[in-house]
Amino acid sequence: MADMAARQVDPGVESCQAGSADPSDEPEWTLVIRPKGRWFDLRLRELWQGRELVWLFFWRDFVAMYKQTILGPLWYLIQPLLTTIVFTVVFGRLANLPTNGLPPFLFYMSGTVMWTYFASSLTKTSTTFLANANIFGKVYFSRLTVPISTLLSSLVVFGIQFLLFLGFLAYFLIQGADVHVTVWALLLPVEILIMAGLGLGLGIIVSALTTKYRDLQYLVTFGVQLLMYTTPMVLPLSSVSGKWRWVMIANPMTSIIEAFRRGFLGAGTISALLLLYSAGFALAAVLVGALLFHRVERTFMDTV
Amino acid sequence: MNDTVIQVADLSKRYRLGVIGTGTLSHDLNRWWAKVRGRPDPTLKVGQAAGGSSPSPVGGDRVPTSDYMWALKDVSFDVRRGQILGIIGRNGAGKSTLLKILSRVTAPSSGEVRVRGRIASLLEVGTGFHPELTGRENILLNGAILGMRKAEIARKFDEIVAFSDVETYIDTPVKRYSSGMYVRLAFAVAAHLEPEILLVDEVLAVGDMAFQRRCLGKMGAVAKEGRTVLFVSHNMAAVESLCSRGLLLEGGRPLAMGRTTDVLDAYFALVGTGGVQDLALREDRQGNGKLRFTSLGFRAGHNAGTGDVVQCGADLELVVGYRAAPNLKNVSMSIGVNALSGQVLFVLGNEMTGTAWETAPQAGCMSCQVRRLPLAPGQYPINLYCEVNGVLADWVQGAGSLTVEAGDFFGTGKLPPASHGGLLVDQQWGLHGA
Ligand SMILES: Nc1ncnc2c1ncn2[C@@H]1O[C@H](COP(=O)(O)OP(=O)(O)OP(=O)(O)O)[C@@H](O)[C@H]1O
Ligand SMILES: [Mg+2]
Repeated sequence: MADMAARQVDPGVESCQAGSADPSDEPEWTLVIRPKGRWFDLRLRELWQGRELVWLFFWRDFVAMYKQTILGPLWYLIQPLLTTIVFTVVFGRLANLPTNGLPPFLFYMSGTVMWTYFASSLTKTSTTFLANANIFGKVYFSRLTVPISTLLSSLVVFGIQFLLFLGFLAYFLIQGADVHVTVWALLLPVEILIMAGLGLGLGIIVSALTTKYRDLQYLVTFGVQLLMYTTPMVLPLSSVSGKWRWVMIANPMTSIIEAFRRGFLGAGTISALLLLYSAGFALAAVLVGALLFHRVERTFMDTV
Repeated sequence: MNDTVIQVADLSKRYRLGVIGTGTLSHDLNRWWAKVRGRPDPTLKVGQAAGGSSPSPVGGDRVPTSDYMWALKDVSFDVRRGQILGIIGRNGAGKSTLLKILSRVTAPSSGEVRVRGRIASLLEVGTGFHPELTGRENILLNGAILGMRKAEIARKFDEIVAFSDVETYIDTPVKRYSSGMYVRLAFAVAAHLEPEILLVDEVLAVGDMAFQRRCLGKMGAVAKEGRTVLFVSHNMAAVESLCSRGLLLEGGRPLAMGRTTDVLDAYFALVGTGGVQDLALREDRQGNGKLRFTSLGFRAGHNAGTGDVVQCGADLELVVGYRAAPNLKNVSMSIGVNALSGQVLFVLGNEMTGTAWETAPQAGCMSCQVRRLPLAPGQYPINLYCEVNGVLADWVQGAGSLTVEAGDFFGTGKLPPASHGGLLVDQQWGLHGA
């Protein structure tokens, strides 16, 4: 190997023009492999062809998890419950922070359930390259199928936690607490879609960056924690003013959590503008993420 | 009608050496900055500019090229439909890199590949197998990862299971499989891919003899159906028997391309010996040294085994490399084949068969072809013996050992038990009434 590194490369050799379409291309070539693809190529057709893989990866993770532990699914119930209880005690009871007049337990639980979907989508997709290095190093298929299947897995968990939330909501309603389910609850699918877009987009951006700068991986968990405090998880948007309000508004998850609370609990800021901002943010993140992702996947295997 | 299915043009691949992921941020910012200014990549040497950037000389801060190495450099070749191309070369020659580029696992640094048809790559069997999933579930998953449609897998499912011989364990998680079962199942899936082009990298390095033969058989069958195979292997016997053409890589450059035998010769010339036994340094030899054996190699012909393992009844070529003094006359060569007990079973000799060598080149190899090898399964030590002008020149005992494994010598699938001796004799029987 040492002698190879020292091998002198013939300086007279000109490598061919790469990436440029040759007009003499015969039409029947089904695949042309070049050093670089086109920048603005989302390769959606390839993703569509790989749709069966999305389901299979989703199904694999599901079956594998189910076979490995029974506690797994149970953990998905315990985790938001614990968080909610801690928040209720610390922020609600001890600090006595405002909750828009809602029962603190439901207030914190709604935030937790929504935030968990976004956060877990982000953190799980952010390890796409490193966690799948062994498969990616051996076969080619649309790499985006992996993070998308991760989104589906997270969605199942969200479903479980959402049902838990509905259970408590029903309990509080029966107890006559001051909460109302409003027509805005119908926005839930839109909210999920935006969250999925945000989680996927930011997640694959991070995954693309971590292939080069490994230490980024450790920053992600920490960063997500920090981000959480700029959402209305703890403080409702209506009770915040000044600079901090702008920081919160800038977080695309803010409008989602607020809208969710408005829909299912009856109190929260709902703003078309803010929701549009979040949707635009999600779309941009997905676009940038997909482009970066495709960029990185071309040579990622060399660095593993 | 165009028959070229793969066209590789000036393909090069550069790897970065050293520990990756430390201090690369500044490195990358540097490259990025150069790019923004429209300058060529500062980490490439002058004249190597890749990716369409201008080849004009550059100034600025250049990173030493020793941080990088070319795993492939200016490789060009075409493959036609139905060919089995054997890709050979020493360790680190760039064979796997070539297949990785073709299978799109990694992108080239420069150059271009054009492909006609669906490619499936087998850089490893069992890619994506999940230990917790059952054999059945893994067939589905692995098949899909390798590019099969669900319907296609469902259609071939029974065939795959039958081929793998693990029917009874098909609903058991593969983590409970023996490694042999695991590999068989994995290969069964791969064998039922139906791509127009199949890339195979050393899958034969795993599994037992029977399994390896089955792999080779399958590959031959694939090519007979008009599909194209690119086959990387260190198993020269397999390459010789399977491949219609060969490509020899050395240091990332193509050294020879063409008929398999020619490419194999180039390979053996490159590595010095037949790749089996190096005899040049043996001290325990007799003779005046006018001629010295340097190597002993076995090459098995068609339907044969691998490396120095051959099947009973296979065509075998023994190749003896040598170095000799100039102007040698009357070279008489003998190869003794012994039983493990030391008993001589038979001796092969050029003079007996009427092949006299009046003169011999100063370096070269003598080869002896044995058709339908008449040896029962077992180990057979080989002695080499050479006289020049009636005087002993070199004599090496135990120069190598031939391993023979079960094969169909009689065409009946039967072999005598070990107690019946090591030799197999061609025979015809008759029964006549009085
Ligand atoms: N990811 C990588 N980073 C740096 N160098 C690499 C990388 N992959 C391969 N190389 C180097 O590129 C060269 C060619 O490697 P390659 O794996 O193609 O060899 P090969 O012909 O398949 O060898 P073998 O017969 O051992 O399988 C080797 O010198 C290897 O060290
Ligand atoms: Mg290799």
